[in-house]
Amino acid sequence: MTLIGWAQIALVLAAIVAAAVPLARYIAAVAAGRVTFLAPLERAIYAAGGIDAAKGVGWKGYTLAMLAANLAGFLLLYALLRLQGMLPFNPQGFDGVPAWLAFNTAVSFITNTNWQAYSGEAAMSYLSQMAGLAVQNFLSAATGIALAFAVCRAFAAGNLKELGNFWADFVRINLYVLLPLALVVGLAFVAMGMPQTLSAYVEATTLEGGAQTIPLGPAAFQIAIKHLGTNGGGFFGVNAAHPFEGPSALATSVQIWAHQVIPFALALVFGRIVGDARQGWALLAVMLGFVVAATAAIYAAEAAGNPLHLAAGVAPGLGNMEGKEVRFGLALAALFAATTTGASCGAVNAMLDSFTPLGGMVPLFLMQLGEVLPGGVGSGLYGMLVFVLLAVFVAGLMVGRTPEYLGKKVQAREIKLAMLAVLVLPATVLGFTSVSVVAPFAASSIQDSGPHGLSEMLYAYTSAAGNNGSAFGGLTADTPWLNATLGLAMLLGRFAFVVPVMAIAGSIAAKPKLAASAGTFPTHGPLFVGLLAGVILVLGGLQFLPALALGPVAEHFALAAGKTF
Amino acid sequence: MLASIRPALAVVLSLTLLLGLAVPLAFTGLAAAVFPTQAGGSLIERDGRIVGSALLGQNFSSPRYFHPRPSATTEPDSGKPGATRAAPYNGAASAASQLAPTSAALLEAVTERLAGRRGVPADAVTASGSGLDPHISPDNAREQLARVARARNLPEQRVRAVVEQNTQGRELGFLGEPRVNVLRLNLALDALR
Repeated sequence: MTLIGWAQIALVLAAIVAAAVPLARYIAAVAAGRVTFLAPLERAIYAAGGIDAAKGVGWKGYTLAMLAANLAGFLLLYALLRLQGMLPFNPQGFDGVPAWLAFNTAVSFITNTNWQAYSGEAAMSYLSQMAGLAVQNFLSAATGIALAFAVCRAFAAGNLKELGNFWADFVRINLYVLLPLALVVGLAFVAMGMPQTLSAYVEATTLEGGAQTIPLGPAAFQIAIKHLGTNGGGFFGVNAAHPFEGPSALATSVQIWAHQVIPFALALVFGRIVGDARQGWALLAVMLGFVVAATAAIYAAEAAGNPLHLAAGVAPGLGNMEGKEVRFGLALAALFAATTTGASCGAVNAMLDSFTPLGGMVPLFLMQLGEVLPGGVGSGLYGMLVFVLLAVFVAGLMVGRTPEYLGKKVQAREIKLAMLAVLVLPATVLGFTSVSVVAPFAASSIQDSGPHGLSEMLYAYTSAAGNNGSAFGGLTADTPWLNATLGLAMLLGRFAFVVPVMAIAGSIAAKPKLAASAGTFPTHGPLFVGLLAGVILVLGGLQFLPALALGPVAEHFALAAGKTF
Repeated sequence: MLASIRPALAVVLSLTLLLGLAVPLAFTGLAAAVFPTQAGGSLIERDGRIVGSALLGQNFSSPRYFHPRPSATTEPDSGKPGATRAAPYNGAASAASQLAPTSAALLEAVTERLAGRRGVPADAVTASGSGLDPHISPDNAREQLARVARARNLPEQRVRAVVEQNTQGRELGFLGEPRVNVLRLNLALDALR
């Protein structure tokens, strides 16, 4: 670790928080319907759908509309992928995507997971990328943010019957938040070297007379929304490690900024919607604390290098460079890994499978903590609010009072639903992983033997159920079993989680808002920040530590003992 | 749910037309107008022929050239269906080794690349994340100085000067790491005299 490495980390994080403050003000204005500069376009879309944008609905209506939009997105994307061979913008002449892979990819992109069982430059036409995958990057991000708006509104006032209008929220988030940001960041990315063209791949003749294919495509715009929407699905196979997808240290820093700024801003949006900015800052403090701690842990582990390689004669200066790019260095690789897994983004600028055992365990554990640090756009905030309810419940148990949060009583129904939601992750992850490391047809996908093999499979289902999308890439993921079950894990992680959360929102909304009294537990101070962090850590830890002990922890000790597999 | 079918189709289709076709096509035109080189892949031409991209590494094995990092990219093995064979710096299929830190295969590969040397910079014996890393560390370039100078019959001093000219510092003075772009360095060597 170097001082300049730490300076890089500190400056990128400072830029994120500095931008989150004004962005939160703007997003809150969008949530309130006060941003209207594309009103004619908005009205045309509402007219086509027969939508009355001013009409609010309850949690069931909001959730059903969200499910319908996602189902339509799934069907459209699946059809595009299957039929890409017959459609335009396909200069490389790629065939249609096979059925299971198309199912997995379509589910992956509508759930904001963006798991890649394919390699973009070897399988996807420009149309599939641009009008299929990139569009779902927008729509799945807007879905998450819209749901977060609805959940925030539930806490804003007493005796509410409505949580807003899904269609209006969804269209406005796309037009007013995601599109302008994607245009600005996309243009900056072109300037930094990311291609944006519809021309076919170029054949170059290398200096030694060999041939090299140079893949191209409309990449920069898609990469911008891939980060802003915490989607993470790369235009190219190796994602942001590809020199066209992460051409420089500056580009990788802007990507980190882009996949953090909206989730952090949304924590502050929550404070604005409930009318108490301090509540938003408390959530942000928990999120940021975990990001800093995780970054430090990864940075330290990677900078120490691989002891086996050091013993063989590798100089220690650069640390563990397998799977990493020279231009980024370790500090930005560590910050990228912590933010992409804390934020449910899933893009990578270095290959996590080749990280040291502890350096690779931290990203895995961050996902297992529920993707709330700061989590995906929207999904991170509503996930965090579930933990908040559990934290005030724990605090209430300790002092023997009915817990309340922001003047809303938290009672049995909410806690039951919250537990239902948080159990989706461990049930899905541990259930599928245990079958897949035993069943021969699944276990044959594992690349590395020893404890690392377990880590690969555990990582895959954690990433899918957490809607993250990053991978221990040694796993051969494009098999019918993994395509199907990982697809199922993504659906459960997204929708089986959010339906109980919306039910909580509906129940909270209907309650009266009580005035704070002397006995009210304050939820904005350091005590609450510590309690919330503790609840997240203990819940995630209890569920997953046994599995981690058998995987990365066992591998760490094996490595220290000089054992290879 | 039934009542949501029309709004769902209308909203998803209209946003697809807007965000998936109209905007990216206009954006592509804008990019070509404002940043034509970058938008087209930062291609490098020599004597009217495209020799590569400034951003993508390419394979060098002659002693006359500086060598890039090891690359884990592969290509389909024409003999055997479904099988692949090593093809370093294959631009059509970016890939990393993905080998575990405790992998015996990785330790074997690193040991073979070390060839008995000690104190070798890590980037010289490890495969990059993309398999297309265009850079090497300045230490790695220094390791190769003597070999290149010998193969080209040049004084080491002269080659060192070219390496130094092609060494980039941290971006904006603090971001990332110092590095040498191998393709640009080798082009500069070819351009000597």
